[in-house]
Amino acid sequence: MSPGNAGKENGEGKPREADLSERMDRLSRSLDAKRQAEEKRHGRKREGDAKGIAQALRLSTEFVAGVLVGGGIGWLIDSGLGTSPWGLIVFLLLGFVAGVVNVLRSAGLVADPHDRSRRD
Amino acid sequence: MAQDPIHQFQISKIIPIEVGSLDLSFTNSALFMVATVAVTSLFLIMGTSGRGLVPSRWQSMVEMSYEFVASTLRSSAGNEGMRFFPFVFSLFMFVLIANLLGMFPYFFTVTSHIIVTFALAMLVISTVVVYGFAKHGTKFLGLFVPHGVPGALIPLVTLIEVISFLSRPISLSVRLFANMLAGHITLKVFTGFVVSLLASESLGLFGPVTSILPLIMGVALTGLEFLVAFLQAYVFTVLTCMYLNDALHPSH
Repeated sequence: MSPGNAGKENGEGKPREADLSERMDRLSRSLDAKRQAEEKRHGRKREGDAKGIAQALRLSTEFVAGVLVGGGIGWLIDSGLGTSPWGLIVFLLLGFVAGVVNVLRSAGLVADPHDRSRRD
Repeated sequence: MAQDPIHQFQISKIIPIEVGSLDLSFTNSALFMVATVAVTSLFLIMGTSGRGLVPSRWQSMVEMSYEFVASTLRSSAGNEGMRFFPFVFSLFMFVLIANLLGMFPYFFTVTSHIIVTFALAMLVISTVVVYGFAKHGTKFLGLFVPHGVPGALIPLVTLIEVISFLSRPISLSVRLFANMLAGHITLKVFTGFVVSLLASESLGLFGPVTSILPLIMGVALTGLEFLVAFLQAYVFTVLTCMYLNDALHPSH
């Protein structure tokens, strides 16, 4: 509102403003009520859906990556030290375990190491 | 050629540059990386140029993306993690815009090449390792030794934790790359069916009529791909935040 305008409409400007602010208040109150009801019905669920899909996308690769890295380390040790096939066997199994740990951890079933120490 | 589903991932040189024996050519992949950065910069600069108290549509999109990344980072790495905000935000925007640009027909998808996603993942992991050692010194290695494990098991558990840590960049990069690659191949295969059904002369009227089915599938898959493009950028960001959290608080 420019100052010139305010001076011209001084007489009737005030009641209109009060009326307007009251209407705005009423609107925001009813909007709040509606939004809360909406959140109760959908909000939580929708957020849960996105998180669920994101988690599902994580799980599969976490496991495969563990096995791949374990096998890779075993293969490197074998080709370096000539201990074939023991390095591959041992580290593939360890990689398998690491993959399972990865999956359980990303599903929240096993606490992260630092989380556990926090609880102590 | 039109129906070869792998053809879209081929790298072609636009401006061949060779330095010594190194091939530093400007390829179509590089072109789309530049395009991604350009689109991101344009989006953010144009969006923040108004700086209105009541945001315009564009400005509110920019604010939404800021708040989205900021709340993701804060919830998994705490307020301390906000020092990594520029890094995480750049990563999120780059992956998201690269994925979305790939959805245009005839565009190249940068994130469908594992070398690109692996470079991004190594950037994250090396940040974690360098920052972790710089801030906590050797205490950072406590990440690999969980508390409360019986003494005899510590070597075994540590080995497993090390493998688990090393698998992080692999799973981070393979996830993004595999999803984009598989999605684009599926899309191309299904929409390729439409063309071959329409073009086949031996099927008579049957061809054009049944070509509706793969067309419906193609439309549905396009929607799914947009969802995956966003979700993969989101998952990449969430995991980056979790790994940065490990660098900030290795063994608390």
